Amino acid sequence: MINLETPKKLRGFIKQANQVADNFLRANSRKYDLAEHEYPKELDLLASLIDGMGDSGQGQGAGAAGVRRSDDDELEKNKIKNGTNMSSVLSVIEMCWGDVGLLLSMPRQGLGNSAIASVATDEQLERFKGTWAAMAITEPSFGSDSAAITTTAVKDGDSYVLNGEKIFVTSGDRADSVVVWATLDKSLGRAAIKSFVVPKSLPGIRVERLEHKLGIRASDTAVIVLENCRVPAENLLGSPEIDTKQGFAGAMATFDNTRPLVAGMAVGCARAALEDIRALLEKAGVEIDYDRPAQAQSAAAATFLQMEADWEAALLLTLEAAWLADNRKPNSMEASMAKAKAGRVGNDITLRCVELASTLGYSETELLEKWSRDSKILDIFEGTQQIQQLIVARRLLDLTSSQLK
Amino acid sequence: MANRKDPMGIGLAVLNRIASSPAIDKLGLRKATERAVYQGAKSGFQVAGAANRTFKKRKGSGDPQRLGKTSDSGVFDLTPTEDQQMIVGVVEEFAAEVLRPGADAAEQDNTTPADVLQQTSEFGLTLLNIPESLGGLSEERSAVTGVLVAEALAYGDMGQAVACLAPAAVATAVSLWGSDAQQQTYLEAFTGDDAPVAALAIAEPRPLFDPLELQTTATRTATGWKLNGVKSAVVRGAAAELFVVSAEVEEAPGVSRGPGLFLIESSTAGLTIQDDPSMGLRAAGLSRLVLTDVEVPADAVLGDGSTDDYRECIRLSRLAWAGLALGTAKAVLDYTKEYVKTREAFGEPIAYRQSVAFMVANIAIELEGMRLVTLKAASRAEQGLDCSREVALARKLTAEYGMKIGTDGVQLLGGHGFVKEHPVERWYRDLRAIAVMEGAVLV
Repeated sequence: MINLETPKKLRGFIKQANQVADNFLRANSRKYDLAEHEYPKELDLLASLIDGMGDSGQGQGAGAAGVRRSDDDELEKNKIKNGTNMSSVLSVIEMCWGDVGLLLSMPRQGLGNSAIASVATDEQLERFKGTWAAMAITEPSFGSDSAAITTTAVKDGDSYVLNGEKIFVTSGDRADSVVVWATLDKSLGRAAIKSFVVPKSLPGIRVERLEHKLGIRASDTAVIVLENCRVPAENLLGSPEIDTKQGFAGAMATFDNTRPLVAGMAVGCARAALEDIRALLEKAGVEIDYDRPAQAQSAAAATFLQMEADWEAALLLTLEAAWLADNRKPNSMEASMAKAKAGRVGNDITLRCVELASTLGYSETELLEKWSRDSKILDIFEGTQQIQQLIVARRLLDLTSSQLK
Repeated sequence: MANRKDPMGIGLAVLNRIASSPAIDKLGLRKATERAVYQGAKSGFQVAGAANRTFKKRKGSGDPQRLGKTSDSGVFDLTPTEDQQMIVGVVEEFAAEVLRPGADAAEQDNTTPADVLQQTSEFGLTLLNIPESLGGLSEERSAVTGVLVAEALAYGDMGQAVACLAPAAVATAVSLWGSDAQQQTYLEAFTGDDAPVAALAIAEPRPLFDPLELQTTATRTATGWKLNGVKSAVVRGAAAELFVVSAEVEEAPGVSRGPGLFLIESSTAGLTIQDDPSMGLRAAGLSRLVLTDVEVPADAVLGDGSTDDYRECIRLSRLAWAGLALGTAKAVLDYTKEYVKTREAFGEPIAYRQSVAFMVANIAIELEGMRLVTLKAASRAEQGLDCSREVALARKLTAEYGMKIGTDGVQLLGGHGFVKEHPVERWYRDLRAIAVMEGAVLV
């Protein structure tokens, strides 16, 4: 039965998440935007809380690690499920309504944790429990073209030896392990690319420097160098075989689960801006009337309606992608649709809200200007706007990457 | 109540009606003899009355029958019910076999063929929102089904879809807001074999039209109401036997208590129909309804004439238009997908170029987004939740991106999109309607 309301069983959880976001994230938003690279110590307490919720089974998918597609809870036949993908996405939306940078800094909830949750074996899942894992894909010589990875992993006895340089590693400094993408054999192309959980306690891995950024300043973005870093062979995620037929699919599967989360980040951030501008507009005497045609209202009201409509579409595309994942239906195209729509409208909405608020919106006295800086990265990382469109177009038109480049 | 069906059995009832009606493929769409009475573009003014029937007034015996709300499942779910899948399956087939192939001819004729209208009437689409106790097919509201049906019909042809759905709008209005006496008087005709032609008239022809600020007035008289004004976007006005018309309700001249709805039979003196051929939707036979000192009895006010009912009517109508936009936009998507893969330029399919492929991708992305928002609005409506916000957003999206999809569809075909050899230019004209239409259809 078609119903797009927030699942009943998650409503209480979402409310809690909102309160947490308000008191821990929003409350510290400006502080860590100004104090870039300072460790947000308030989050330690919060992370323990989330861990506790996870262990007690209440917090199903309170964070980034909740995106596992589990096999053991076999779906009842024909029974529609609202599972951990849905709760993760809804929770991320609330958290990013609080603050995107601080959500990304949440201990033990890194994108690497999503990767582990998505592709690790049960044994690995148990072994990496409690780790805070960052994700390292990008290198100085490439961005979107993940197949161009030059970091190498060479098998040597019971270990792989990793060499290379990784950039744009979110939480790369604060996390205690990094999921590193490296190639086993560059000549074999995409199929040879594997991901490794690399504890930062190992010799041969180091943080080179931290970036200064346009937004999400609360979150550290690191350059990581691997020099003859010896990693236990059992830390390779997924299959060690180079299956040229399966190609990149294994590694890319992570994205089907993480893109809806990033879309959720954009949705949460944009909602913060929309709520704020609505309050400011109403104070300024602008009424929003849903029953009157937008063009019969003020330009500001009409602009608001358009933004809210785009926002709602982004929200529901995001929930659709998570819902498909929970019900074990393919969602690659929908995940990219959600990321494309949410990424662009999140950026557009936050920027336009600054414009509507005039110099008040531009000033650091409000958070509007900050949200409009934070939102930009959400249309870039985990696949840029253009990459999402490419994925959607290839799927839609049934074209290969050599046909539609 | 005898023979009370399980509310979930709507689909079976519809299928049964379809099974007992002539097979779809037997429809002779181009039979000139069965074309409707007027040729829109040619004729000027025409007095209504050609197709009059008298609705025998009946007294009410108590409270009106109302459809129940659907229950909140508590689960986020995008799967239509089995009944919905069945109904939509049949309507999709009808749209593909009948509406799409007949779209060009229907547009040329400025009307929808009688047998097409007859066929949808036999499907029981008009009955979806009439309670079982009054001869309809439902126990519960079915706004979602309404959206899915509108979408499926418009995938074939929006103009004919509007013509087919217009009588249902009046039946639904009487069912949702009418008094017991009005339900007894009018709904029986809709549930019979020869359902009346009927139109819901809300729009007025002027810039920045707002359905909450009407210029058509209904002023109280000693015996009832006197209506004056001009209504536009009236579907098949010349053939209509029954109108539901919105007007500013005036207790005394100039003293308004807000807009309300009135039931007016076409035999009433003072009604004039004026053909109003427009940019698109030509198969819907759009017309203007001119009301000059139209006198109706006191009980012509639909239901209790509350502004809340009227606002709900506006919302449900916009929802139906949103549903129609989804269908036509999907037609554009599927057509352009095929075209860009077969059309070659510079030695390869144009689909191989990002500037082309990304346009198609964005059509798909925006369509999916506006579809989800429309379905959310519909599911809230049938659950009895406030849906004003969601309807407004669905309307905004379908108006904005519906038109964008229409214009991008033509653009993707280039010069070929501009000529009538392809249906894309018609979809472009039809999709322009979504932003401007009020009334006419309801879910």
